[in-house]
Amino acid sequence: MNLFQEFSKGIVRENPLFRLVLGMCPALAITTSVNNALGMGVAFTSVLIASNIVISALRKLIPDSIRIPCYIVIIASFVTVTEMVMHAYLPDLFESLGIFIPLIVVNCIILGRAEAFANKNSIIPSFVDGIGMGIGYTLALTIVATIREVLGAGTFLGYPVMSASAQSALIMILPPGAFLTLGCTLAFINMMQNRKAKKSSDFKVRITEQQVAQPFSSN
Amino acid sequence: MREMILIIISAVLINNIVLSQFLGVCPFLGVSKKLSSAIGMGAAVIFVLTLSSLITWVVQIFVLDKLGIGYLQTIAFILVIAALVQFVEMVMKKNTPDLYKALGVYLPLITTNCAVLGVAIINIQKSYTFMQTLANSIGNGIGFTLALIIFAGIRERLEEADVPMSLNGLPIALITAALMSISFLGFTGLL
Repeated sequence: MNLFQEFSKGIVRENPLFRLVLGMCPALAITTSVNNALGMGVAFTSVLIASNIVISALRKLIPDSIRIPCYIVIIASFVTVTEMVMHAYLPDLFESLGIFIPLIVVNCIILGRAEAFANKNSIIPSFVDGIGMGIGYTLALTIVATIREVLGAGTFLGYPVMSASAQSALIMILPPGAFLTLGCTLAFINMMQNRKAKKSSDFKVRITEQQVAQPFSSN
Repeated sequence: MREMILIIISAVLINNIVLSQFLGVCPFLGVSKKLSSAIGMGAAVIFVLTLSSLITWVVQIFVLDKLGIGYLQTIAFILVIAALVQFVEMVMKKNTPDLYKALGVYLPLITTNCAVLGVAIINIQKSYTFMQTLANSIGNGIGFTLALIIFAGIRERLEEADVPMSLNGLPIALITAALMSISFLGFTGLL
């Protein structure tokens, strides 16, 4: 597989949030505004890239039986670094993301990529994989956050986009809105896929059942 | 005592860990297909959550704060939790094989359950005392189990329902969770 394919698979074909359904907790919690989603995406991507590089560089040194604790320590170190950098230079964002920055450690995507990709591939592909997956996740977070912010607060990145007379639906910013938005987005993606599958052949894609099992098995 | 009861009620109903704080969503969606496994997972989470919160509290106050290395919190906590889960698994296997058989499969999954690390960090951030930490972690464990069991009950019925094809599986589960979350919003003015 060439490098471009490694890069692009994370964005559409294996999008971590929409296709693999991993990393749900931050996707539900911090998508109240596009600003938060972008901040979380950047923090997440930097941790993923750094941990992918280090794990793939050390893949021959780490004994197989204790690899998971090793990965967790490596990931936790980079999360701590990211946390300190954000605290120093982006205090507002640090405040609004709150507990979800340290919780990047237990984000199943990062451990999942370490286990599924970085410990089998050399440094350059792992780096590219990290960028692709990171951008894919950031993009997915931004889509969910855009829907919630526009409908719930009538703004996009803080700028008003709805007409002044339009009543915004507060529920979209509240916790139920998170479940609702993600549920509807996944349903929309399923619908597009079903339609595409029907068009191309009579082979029907029923991905839903496999997807439900996935967050459990890789968690 | 009164304060502890208030913390527990607040953690179970008002700030439910899954439905309003979004911690532990992965097992919430993953282990909620059958009522029996939901109960097993819930019991395992209550146990590990309480134990790990108390231990991480002690580690934070008596080790990290004493030595002035508070910035190692994330690393220290995740290691404590991972080690604890392994240890609990070993002890259970040896001493209470029946309990191990019931909870065994769920224990390793708890290491990466963000509810456990999340509650441990929240306890420190809110600068709770030891007893408040105890109340908060039991409350959050019960809150997780309550949400999981209700959700599993609904999903068992949902299996038989005639759901539109695109909504089948995860999307309808998320929308169900949204409705549950709305009903939990009703507890907001309770205290």
